[in-house]
Amino acid sequence: MSAETSTNTEPAAPEPVIAVSRPPHPLAEFWYHFKQNKGALGGLVVIALIALIAIFAGVIAPHDPDIQYRDAILTPPVWQEGGTWSYILGTDDIGRDMLSRLMFGARLSMMIGLIVVTLSLAVGLGLGLLAGFFGGMADVLIMRAMDILLALPSLLLAVVVAAILGPGLVNAMLAVSVVVIPHYARLTRAAVLAEVNKDYVVASRVAGAGPLRLMLIVVLPNCVAPLIVQATLGFSTAILDAAALGFLGLGAQPPTPEWGTMLASSLQFLQRAPWVVTWPGIAILVTVLAFNLLGDGLRDALDPKLKR
Amino acid sequence: MLRFILTRVSLVIPTFLGITFLTFILIRLVPGDPIEVRVGERGIAPDRLAALRHELGLDQSLWQQFLDYVGNVLSGDFGLSLVTHNSVLSEFITLFPATLELALCAMLFATLVGLPAGILAAVKRGSLFDHGVMGASLTGYSMPIFWWGLLLILFFSVALGWTPVSGRLDLVYYVEPVTGFMLIDTLMAGDYDAFRSALSHLILPTIVLGTVPLAVVARMTRSAMLEVLGEDYIRTARAKGLASGRVIGMHALRNALIPVVTVIGLQVGTLLGGAILTETIFSWPGVGKWLIESINRRDYPALQGGVLLIATSVILVNLLVDVLYGVLNPRIRHAR
Repeated sequence: MSAETSTNTEPAAPEPVIAVSRPPHPLAEFWYHFKQNKGALGGLVVIALIALIAIFAGVIAPHDPDIQYRDAILTPPVWQEGGTWSYILGTDDIGRDMLSRLMFGARLSMMIGLIVVTLSLAVGLGLGLLAGFFGGMADVLIMRAMDILLALPSLLLAVVVAAILGPGLVNAMLAVSVVVIPHYARLTRAAVLAEVNKDYVVASRVAGAGPLRLMLIVVLPNCVAPLIVQATLGFSTAILDAAALGFLGLGAQPPTPEWGTMLASSLQFLQRAPWVVTWPGIAILVTVLAFNLLGDGLRDALDPKLKR
Repeated sequence: MLRFILTRVSLVIPTFLGITFLTFILIRLVPGDPIEVRVGERGIAPDRLAALRHELGLDQSLWQQFLDYVGNVLSGDFGLSLVTHNSVLSEFITLFPATLELALCAMLFATLVGLPAGILAAVKRGSLFDHGVMGASLTGYSMPIFWWGLLLILFFSVALGWTPVSGRLDLVYYVEPVTGFMLIDTLMAGDYDAFRSALSHLILPTIVLGTVPLAVVARMTRSAMLEVLGEDYIRTARAKGLASGRVIGMHALRNALIPVVTVIGLQVGTLLGGAILTETIFSWPGVGKWLIESINRRDYPALQGGVLLIATSVILVNLLVDVLYGVLNPRIRHAR
């Protein structure tokens, strides 16, 4: 670096000196890489919007999502013939306002994503830490169990768990959580194995750190990057799978305005009133796509191998 | 080689036992007494209850019950359906070819479209085409496929009337099931009208089931190609003046295909289970739809046997892919 600047006849710019003496904060560096990815930025904006809608659904929704306007059954969206401004996206087969139901559905979907990711991340993280740290029998038992869960197609497993626990939103969330635990467990274990023999870990072990401190305070923060990416992508899996369970009648039950359930309960009006099926589907697609875009962007920004 | 195959097979056995255990336990988590669930009556006389418990082996220890269950499964006894009273295995076997046919067609579709798209996107990196392929594949990957299926039905079946809405074959045709694959059976019977009908019934379900694998294959192919295209031997090949098509087709593609082939193989297994949604939307008479119907009818033995059978076929397909892959690629065979 210095050799290169000295061959230049131009006066040495102060910029590289600063960069050498004070490296950018990791967060600033992360943001620098992240914002290059327009797709990921778009995803982030969409997610923020959906989150705002979810939080303020009670205030901004034009109608109560459960009130049936019997004189306005299957009203088309406003730009179609017969649509009115009071039901911008139309009404469903018993006269409930689609827009309001979608807004409250956003609340459910965000909640499903949050709960499923938290639950599966906590359990998967714990199992992965145990397996990676203690090795031996604990490792074999945990990872074999995870392999068994992974051998089953995920939707099949979720369907079976939901069928056995009985249909309902809570059980559907549990079912989807169980299915994704192995991904977190494997990621955590791999990250722990990569870190556990490094000098800084050995040093704190020698300094007398107990296993719990080693696990949670020394090693874990250095394993976080892949987990953040997986958790973001986990939101999309959770929302998609919960909607699929709702569609199959195994998730949230009507009249809950869950997007998959909304889709399934108005199936017979597909031909007469396509909007009752179109909107919930678009809502699912946009939300899932946004999380996938964000997850991809985070992966690129956090993965040092891909940084140029 | 034999050693490699035997290792792979032996690795599958604990997984199989684990899944057997899982299905055994899961069915016991169903709320309510198993007798009541089975017989469907409440307030059953105590002596009859005891007799039934003994008949079903429920008076034995859990371990004994599990061992009996494994014994039954290994001898091909997966229980009787509560609704039809047929053997679960025989019901599964009659329906499985429909699912397999659909899954294979979906995989073929995903490969035929995804592979060229991924290769072209990698070669024209950063172009409009590349962005288009990546955008489309991310959208496909995020697609709620039950909704996607409905949209396709709405457009192609209802609005345009090009394809039938549901089923595998028009009712006017009857074809003796020989292989269970409708396309092959109709051809063997020499009934070309029926073949056309079977084909038109297959198109939409194939697209719907193939959408997610298509996205995965296209993304995987692109990134594998990009990685290979940066290798030194590719630069060498270009430097010695080979035509661009030859470099891409012969030198790059053959090496990029290794991870892609694995992904394709493993997706077949996933598709066998993933067909649940597609089969439900299109009333496709396969194991996925049967499973959902069993759940709705609270037919727990069918659910238990069905899950175990689907899981087993997924494991077997993955094993087959694994072994084939080792046979084709010496690097895998000699690893570790």
